[in-house]
Amino acid sequence: MTTTKISKSKWDGFSLKPRREMPEGLWLACPSCREMLFRKTVEDNLHVCPKCSHHFRLDGRTRIRQLVDEGSFEEIGADLRSTDPLRFASSGQQYCERLKSAHAKAGSEAILVGKAFIRGRGVILAAMDFSFLGGSMGMVVGEKFCRGVDRAIEESLPLVVISASGGARMHEGVVSLGQMSKTSAALARFDEAGGFFLSVLTDPTTGGVTASFAMLGDIIIAEPNALIGFAGPRTIYQTIKIELPEGFQRSEFLLEHGFVDMIVPRKDLRSEIGRLIDYCGKP
Amino acid sequence: MVQTIAKPNGLQYLPFEDRISSIDRSIAEIAGTSSPAERLGEIRGLQQQLVREIKRVYSSLSPWQTVQVARHPQRPLFQDYLGGIVKEPRILHGDRCFGDDAAIVTALGQIGREKVMIIGQEKGRDIKQKIACNFGCPNPEGYRKALAKMKLAEKFGLPVVSFIDTPGAYPGIGAEERGQAQAIAVNLREMSRLRVPILCIVIGEGGSGGALGIGVGDRLAMLENAYYSVISPEGCAGILWHDGTQADKAAKALRLTARELHKLGLIDEIIAEPLGGAHRNQHETLHHVELYITKTLRELKRIDVETLLQQRYERICRVGDHELQRQLPAEEPIAADETPKIPERLSITAQLEAAKQIVPDTPEELETLEEESPQPVSE
Repeated sequence: MTTTKISKSKWDGFSLKPRREMPEGLWLACPSCREMLFRKTVEDNLHVCPKCSHHFRLDGRTRIRQLVDEGSFEEIGADLRSTDPLRFASSGQQYCERLKSAHAKAGSEAILVGKAFIRGRGVILAAMDFSFLGGSMGMVVGEKFCRGVDRAIEESLPLVVISASGGARMHEGVVSLGQMSKTSAALARFDEAGGFFLSVLTDPTTGGVTASFAMLGDIIIAEPNALIGFAGPRTIYQTIKIELPEGFQRSEFLLEHGFVDMIVPRKDLRSEIGRLIDYCGKP
Repeated sequence: MVQTIAKPNGLQYLPFEDRISSIDRSIAEIAGTSSPAERLGEIRGLQQQLVREIKRVYSSLSPWQTVQVARHPQRPLFQDYLGGIVKEPRILHGDRCFGDDAAIVTALGQIGREKVMIIGQEKGRDIKQKIACNFGCPNPEGYRKALAKMKLAEKFGLPVVSFIDTPGAYPGIGAEERGQAQAIAVNLREMSRLRVPILCIVIGEGGSGGALGIGVGDRLAMLENAYYSVISPEGCAGILWHDGTQADKAAKALRLTARELHKLGLIDEIIAEPLGGAHRNQHETLHHVELYITKTLRELKRIDVETLLQQRYERICRVGDHELQRQLPAEEPIAADETPKIPERLSITAQLEAAKQIVPDTPEELETLEEESPQPVSE
């Protein structure tokens, strides 16, 4: 097999360089079409590029603000904090210190869970935040998720989870691996209780999150052109050393291979969730 | 792959076994002379020295050395367990969907007096076998096959025994096209509610999601020198220091050895290996594993199904749970070779207070984004 070196500009996967998607300031450049955009315009357009409809990554709060009926979000497990079970020492910086600074920046963990209303329908909503340590799943993410599921069972509500994650949180070792089985086991119970689980995959959803709850939705929908997979493209490239096909591991690729039910652009997400709950949620 | 130095007596030595190999060599030299009988005393002396040396090395293996032992080319593989402790094995093939993955072998068989369904990850002994089973990296069809056979076991009330030995699920184009993540996810969900006992044993490498895909159950045991980790030490080192050769540091940080995981309460039991690792005495290793399986299955079979499922659920949900409530004496970094102190549990209010203190007043410097880039769970 020929080994083709991928030039940096063509490289479509995770970049090691900071991706300046939302720089401070009035103007920002769309990473897809390179158009200079007025920040406010993008924000008013649900953080979607008006020219090429590139979907910018969202933090958890913004995501929830876009989806729920105003002021209806009531958070669950907001006081949970990770400890450092392994006392992970890396590059001179302790994991607990990194947690602290990430907390200070984001104000919550890599997932926000709560009860909310979407177009008048009561749901348990969870939104992941990729800006918090790569949206990685540690024990707090697992615990909050399971509390959300418990609450959904208790109140017979549908569960909507918006995923955006790099996978299991390496710094918590096997504890974070255990969260994969923990969330999946909780969903097994939810399934037996007859609950409706709607999984929404956004850019990027990979690793341990895809390999656990994200792929277990009764219905799975994806945002356009989101990176979704088990191994990241960089890992795959390093393993097999051949160029990855165009659009590999993107939403459209998953749709073609039968792993998502539909692709829904952000502007329609709210109404689609409402519609699907009408079909599948409990009356 | 593990670097090994060859051998006078067919045994391959790991890089840290220099002195062991030289003693072995001198014994072999004396035995090779014309009159070994006259030098029996000398040989006996050397043998005692050898045992002492092996004891010394193996009682204080570093995490990275443990990983090397776990990957030792002569370590017993699933095929050895299947041939050694399973009576009348009947290998079942195929996921009824796409194909048959040789990296996961499923078989009906009898261990002791128990009829069981056996699921095992196979790495292959020689190069031909290794290629056939993809170096122990399963594809989605392997996980789907495992699940199909587990459902079969559930139907006929057979307990499931799962042997874990994989560097990780395969990261390839085909694997992604056929839904590696979805296959593993479904296994996690279904294994958490399978209505027969499930017993999982890590016999070599427990590589992240690839291991977990057949590793959810009522009990999780590990061989003494096996490892179980969220990411390979090389992969972790690559992310943290952009240098895969610092794997020894990463191995320490990840706490991936059986002893560390047992201390953290993440595994149920450590199965002892013979002196000098499983590869020095395959027979004894197999015997220990067999004893553990028969003992545990007897235990699990006495529990009625509903209780079993409830206990399994609680076991799964317990992971990291007390860590959530336990505030560590924080700040002081612990030298990796020091045994970690496990802090005492605090009262609920004290835990909440302590948890609040984690949030600092001032935002700190942005971390380097390299470290924030997403990390796949396996490589």
